[in-house]
Amino acid sequence: MSYEISRNIIKNELVEKIEELSGQNVFDCYQCGTCSAGCPVVEYMDIMPNQVMRLAQFGATEDLINSETIWICSACLQCSTRCPKGIEVAKVMEALRSINLRKRIGTLDPNKIEAEELQDLPPIALVGAFRKLTG
Amino acid sequence: MNLPYYPGCTLKANAENFEDSAIKVMEILDYQLIEMKDWVCCGTVFSMTTDDLMLQLASIRNLLRAEEQNLNELVVLCSMCYNTLQRAKQFITEDEENLNKVNDLMYKENIRYQGTVDIIHLLTVLKDRITFDKIKEKVKKPLSSLKIGGYYGCLLVRPQEFAIDDFEDPSIIEDLFSSLGAESIAFPYRLECCGAYQTITKKDVTIKRTYEIINSARRAGCEAIVTSCPLCAFNLDQRQKETAEEFIEFEKMPVFYFTELMSVALGGGWDKKWSKLHYVDPQPILKEKGLL
Repeated sequence: MSYEISRNIIKNELVEKIEELSGQNVFDCYQCGTCSAGCPVVEYMDIMPNQVMRLAQFGATEDLINSETIWICSACLQCSTRCPKGIEVAKVMEALRSINLRKRIGTLDPNKIEAEELQDLPPIALVGAFRKLTG
Repeated sequence: MNLPYYPGCTLKANAENFEDSAIKVMEILDYQLIEMKDWVCCGTVFSMTTDDLMLQLASIRNLLRAEEQNLNELVVLCSMCYNTLQRAKQFITEDEENLNKVNDLMYKENIRYQGTVDIIHLLTVLKDRITFDKIKEKVKKPLSSLKIGGYYGCLLVRPQEFAIDDFEDPSIIEDLFSSLGAESIAFPYRLECCGAYQTITKKDVTIKRTYEIINSARRAGCEAIVTSCPLCAFNLDQRQKETAEEFIEFEKMPVFYFTELMSVALGGGWDKKWSKLHYVDPQPILKEKGLL
């Protein structure tokens, strides 16, 4: 992958939105990789958590908004508790999901859950998924 | 002694065995769990965005109801409810502007929410108020030779400020089961996420998580896992069906709510209707150990 780095791209509106929604300064990250090392679902991600932080620093927000990663993250907070710089990476992921969800872009259509599956699923799974994945 | 408690949705559905056994166990320990009135779903997951207060209302309304009912504290059994209520309370009460806005949103309520109700997990009640020494005295059927792995998952220990014990190396479940006579094993994956609600959209992820977590427990010598989260229980127990289909060498392992095994140890026994809510039959291991 190649990226153009310029002042205009780095400080774009979407980076500011991510920082506003997450309450985190993405420029605090110094790329130690602890978040990715501890993430239990990193193997399913197209962009690793530390790369999410780096791309946010570069202003490559489109890649982040459209990534698979943000929908794989289950907000287990392992990254947030272990970050040596105190960045709550899980909140950055949540901000990226929210930017999508507020445009009604999600990954779960409740109408498409199979009836048989629906019978077995506990309310705790359904409500959790609706809140995190439904736009 | 009476303890007001908040059950949450899943304890009234797929995890009735959790509620049932908890009430039974607390009775044996001379406490009555009294269900608070007019509770609603807590929202299940805490919303981490800084600006959307509407998403905190489900939790806050429960705490407001508790204040209306003059309750000072709420005991919570479900790890997710515990975590969501705690974090929503902190988010709203630590910022006066948030507190005022939320109260304005709930303008039709009779009182304004203040944040006076403490939220406490049942495991903390057992450890700090009843104490494991007292519990040990009440054991009728020690869980001798039963090798138990305590599974904390995420929400009992993260974020750090609401961890019910050390957030990287907790021992509260292990200590509880040692006092019940079991052999407690702190297995490596006990703090790792089970995949949570991804069980709907990314079933393959949760199946692999279940495979890894159960195998980690088995490698460490565990014969059964205990949890306090109905979603972890669903993924770790019910999803073993698909896990066994996906990985042919996978060996199933029973998953209990910690209160179910406490009931067995404290003389409350095993209620047969609890078995129906388990996927992996818990009875063979209990029979093998002479506990049924």
